[in-house]
Amino acid sequence: LTYCLLFEDVSVIIVLMQEVTATSRHYVDRLFDPDPQKVLQGVIDMKNAVIGNNKQKANLIVLGAVPRLLYLLQQSSSSLELRTECSVVLGSLAMGTENNIKSLVDCHIIPALLQGLLCPDLIFIEACLRCLRTVFISPVTPVQLLYTDSTVIPHLMSLLSRSQRTQEYITQIFSHCCKTPEHQTVLFNHGAIQNIAPLLISPSYKVRMQALKCFSVLAYENTQVSMTLVNVLVDGELLSQVFVRMMQRDQPIEMQLTAAKCLTYMCRAGAIRTDDSCVVLKTLPCLVRMCSKEHLLEERVEGAETLAYLMEPDVELQRIASTTDHLVAMLADYFKYPSSVSAITDIKRLDHDLKHAHELRQAAFKLYASLGSNDEDIRKKITETENMMDRIVSGLSESSIKVRLAAVRCLHSLSRSVQQLRTSFHDHAVWKPLMKLLQNAPDEVLVMASSTLCNLLLEFSPSKEPILESGVIELLCSLTQSDSPALRVNGIWALMNMAFQADQKVKGEIVRCLGTEQLFRLLSDPDTNVLMKTLGLLRNLLSTRPHIDQIMSSHGKQIMQAVTLILEAEHSIEVKEQTLCILANIADGNTAKELIMTNDDMLQKIKYYMGHSNVKLQLAATFCISNLIWNEEDGSQERQDKLREMGFVDILHKLTQASDPNLSDRAKTAMQQYLA
Amino acid sequence: MSGQSSGCGFLMSVVVHGDSVLNEQEKELNQRLRRLYPAVNENETPLPRSWSPKDKFSYIGLSQNNLRVHYKGMTPRHTQAASRVLLLHRYMGIGLSAQGVNMNRLPGWDKHSYGYHGDDGHSFCSSGTGQPYGPTFTTGDVIGCCVNLINNTCFYTKNGHSLGNDLRQQSQYPNLYPTVGLQTPGEVVDANFGQHPFVFDIEDYMREWRTKIQAQIDRFPIGEREGEWQSMIQKMVASYLVHHSYCATAEAFAKSTDQAVHEELASIKNRQKIQKLVLSGRMGEAIETTQQLYPNLLERNPDLLFMLKVRQFIEMVNGTDSEVRCLGGRSPKSQDSYPGSPRPFSSPSHKASSSQPYLPGFDSNCCNGVTSNKSHSSSPHSHKPCPPGSGSTLPASDISLNGSRSQQPISSSDVDMEVDHFTNGVTESSSNGFLNGSSKHATEPDDCDADMEVESAQSKRQLCGGSQAAIERMIHFGRELQSMSEHLRRECGKNSANKKMLKDAFSLLAYSDPWNSPVGYQLDAIQREPVCSTLNSAILETHNLPKQPPLAQAVGQAAQCLAIMARTGSGSCAFASVDDYLH
Repeated sequence: LTYCLLFEDVSVIIVLMQEVTATSRHYVDRLFDPDPQKVLQGVIDMKNAVIGNNKQKANLIVLGAVPRLLYLLQQSSSSLELRTECSVVLGSLAMGTENNIKSLVDCHIIPALLQGLLCPDLIFIEACLRCLRTVFISPVTPVQLLYTDSTVIPHLMSLLSRSQRTQEYITQIFSHCCKTPEHQTVLFNHGAIQNIAPLLISPSYKVRMQALKCFSVLAYENTQVSMTLVNVLVDGELLSQVFVRMMQRDQPIEMQLTAAKCLTYMCRAGAIRTDDSCVVLKTLPCLVRMCSKEHLLEERVEGAETLAYLMEPDVELQRIASTTDHLVAMLADYFKYPSSVSAITDIKRLDHDLKHAHELRQAAFKLYASLGSNDEDIRKKITETENMMDRIVSGLSESSIKVRLAAVRCLHSLSRSVQQLRTSFHDHAVWKPLMKLLQNAPDEVLVMASSTLCNLLLEFSPSKEPILESGVIELLCSLTQSDSPALRVNGIWALMNMAFQADQKVKGEIVRCLGTEQLFRLLSDPDTNVLMKTLGLLRNLLSTRPHIDQIMSSHGKQIMQAVTLILEAEHSIEVKEQTLCILANIADGNTAKELIMTNDDMLQKIKYYMGHSNVKLQLAATFCISNLIWNEEDGSQERQDKLREMGFVDILHKLTQASDPNLSDRAKTAMQQYLA
Repeated sequence: MSGQSSGCGFLMSVVVHGDSVLNEQEKELNQRLRRLYPAVNENETPLPRSWSPKDKFSYIGLSQNNLRVHYKGMTPRHTQAASRVLLLHRYMGIGLSAQGVNMNRLPGWDKHSYGYHGDDGHSFCSSGTGQPYGPTFTTGDVIGCCVNLINNTCFYTKNGHSLGNDLRQQSQYPNLYPTVGLQTPGEVVDANFGQHPFVFDIEDYMREWRTKIQAQIDRFPIGEREGEWQSMIQKMVASYLVHHSYCATAEAFAKSTDQAVHEELASIKNRQKIQKLVLSGRMGEAIETTQQLYPNLLERNPDLLFMLKVRQFIEMVNGTDSEVRCLGGRSPKSQDSYPGSPRPFSSPSHKASSSQPYLPGFDSNCCNGVTSNKSHSSSPHSHKPCPPGSGSTLPASDISLNGSRSQQPISSSDVDMEVDHFTNGVTESSSNGFLNGSSKHATEPDDCDADMEVESAQSKRQLCGGSQAAIERMIHFGRELQSMSEHLRRECGKNSANKKMLKDAFSLLAYSDPWNSPVGYQLDAIQREPVCSTLNSAILETHNLPKQPPLAQAVGQAAQCLAIMARTGSGSCAFASVDDYLH
């Protein structure tokens, strides 16, 4: 019985399908009529049949209407009316599902329509542009198709003057197809700014809006465009002032928001100063307003992200924003979606809320990260926001990678606070989810997470102990082998922090785990940051006498070799200073000293640096000698004698007259060892 | 200390230790205040312009036109507070308080007082314990306070940035005054009540609210049932047209919208006729016609009759009333001739009035159109009295004047000229005003030149049109009026309105040039309008029809509601002016 029913159902569907395709086929058949008048009527009927009917659209595409329509559209023998109607039908088909768009693009609709733009008839051009617009704004269309023929962009620019419709469609195409710096450059080189700027005062709202969107995508992270924009005049008014007017509070939200984006991008690209009143008094307050509850979720997301981007590099903007309209508290609302109310009352709303919940959370984390990146008071205010640390902790393990990344950025920003490290970070055991995050994450998350970990491993951080116990060393050592310089830096940096004033066990663990080979590989790392942090690690490892002797007894040869190499190579002052400091630490060991004393070459180097023009290097080298000749240690007499012979006393004597008080003090102290 | 004023929302900002120039530009201040407080009637509730020298504690000193406040006390009064002050922050608060609040304390600490304090950035709401609100503020900062009476919120600003609504102060704000409190010796605060542009872009803030309110009005839900709203609007329009006797338009409108007119056409036309007479200053005829068409109406309304008569007297002075216009040799009773015999001279001609400066010698020749201006044709275009607004419909008076009509050599351009004549004729200023619906006193000679009308008419306006007989008639009429007034007083008791009306009218005679006298406004044609509408309403009432058209009532009610809203401090009325919707 069940079978029977099923069978019946299927047959009904098949019958229905046949009926639909039958009528659809009729439409397609008419396109092949020998009488052009009948073809035209057929296209018009088809147009009326497909409007708002996605199924009909899909049917016609399956039945092969598209190639025929394109053929008719391209045929110069077709009447203009027919060609126009064809592009209208194609435009209507494009309004359907993403699959429709894919089929159209596969049929090479784009080159055909672009070709159509060469026709002088405005109505036809507008129909083609409308269809192109619909195709290009779809996410499934490869934007590159706009740029394959280099004559297209200049031609589109020239069509901008034809009508308000061409203006609207072309600017909309541009704003959707400008995705990379290369695209920006192409559009810029073809005069996009001069051609589009006048449209900002068009009588048509749609044109104004699309033109504005164009400028926002053109200016994004583009110094050349931004620098040009600040000097553009529209009807005698500076472009930035036009944008400011568009941000007036009685303008539609979409316009306010997009204008604020334009100014933000121009500011970030360095074309407008961060203390310019149009940024401080207009853009920033406008973006803060966009974050308020009364706006749509999408607008709040965009507002928060743009604001985060605007103030990221400027502490003054961060301070202003942190006190504007209770922004910090306002952002807490971003975490309340879907709200419990929406779940009960309205399924549609619940669906909407769910869709935006991730976006809202990541936007809020980003904005918090930006707000707290410099100012301690703001960080305090953020951590005091209701459930803030809990939210970060759960954000770190969310399924959405965007949220995880934003949460860890936020955590990183807050981890710059000594106070927060000591209190809220420890109370909420943020290290746990952070460690979990580090196990298996894409590089961009890893960079942020490991950077945060560096701060958590600082000596005064109470989280340091539990992190150590969780087997972090291995993880960090593996980071130092990463291809990404940022990850290598973070890995070695964290190890360096960890080794600071650590006990013998930890140090031994680090050395064992990292392996001397890797350690020396890092000492020749092309990235100076990596080198500096590795030297820092060495220096931290070589502190307190027993540790120095122990490490030097097992790795002395390699370390001395590495030190020699670095001192001989071309390096910055900072690198050399750090290396000399390591040497000074070695000189502080009981047995380790001998590694230097028996190395005449090394002593010559120290001598050289004592006479160097840089005070920092002189100081470090003098420190090293001072450690070698220190009185109360075994064999100090012999060392003093040897060094005297090598002429160090004369140098020390000279240095007691140095203008730098630190240096002369250090030299005097060393000289006293001889006098005693 | 607090600013003088009332409790309609207010804005102010305070510059701590600022050195703003206090060259007061009163005009700029007034303009700004008008812009910022569109619904505030300053006669009822004056806005704060400076600190009140009365409402302050003795330790507070004022200078710079009462805009600068300084602390004169020698030691900080609150030691507990003082230690904090001296270390870090200026100890001051700005906020709101009701009148009579203890002036010896910072705003926010006492009942009916709210404040935002600089030392800790806390907000105080009638309590000594504050709540975290905003940042701290100190020397050089500009702090602003804005009360929004639409949603009853209050927020402060610092250096042009909104600090967000002070949720604790979300309540009604009846009669609160801007207040500032200081207690650090040597502290100085400068205030801006609108003397200068505000640092915070308050205009932009208002723009947003204006848009919100207007969107709310635009989206106000109207009748659920389909067509209900539309038919109501149509009814309102139709009744308006009928009320003002635009009969042809009313008829056409009723027809096209499928409505019934609740008054007979003849009745509408009658009213139209009377209105036209009143509006053209021919009061004698208007009274006569009213008495004929609506017997007993004026008998039952002695005050109305008196009002009409006073107006007739004024029109006599003006020289526009038919009785004086045609004086000389003929029967002074123009009513006699109307509407019966179509004598050319008796026809209610504006031409006649336009060529008003009759020389006394012309007495006998009272034909309209006779002027000292030779170029002027004496042909009676007079039959086009064409009161403005009559549009394409023919004036009712013409219909009865068949005879004279045939004589008219009227071309359409002539008609236009007629109107112009009328405008610039007799009492040029008044007629003009009448036409344009505003009292535009166009006395420029150019104007009349352009109209090819006698210039002399402009400069030599004469009493009752200059005719001696007319003056006598006027004086006689005045005596009648006087006795009528006395009679009325005996019958109905004292009526101060009537008394004043008569006194004002008689005062016209006290001046050699009544038109340019302090009471000359009465001669303005625009003054005919209230008389006309009162009479129209009285007639309608006898027919049991509303004395005001529903449309006017609705408009009036809306305006009244807005006024009440303004008085009760309901803020949204500031952004909803009836005029914005009457175009």
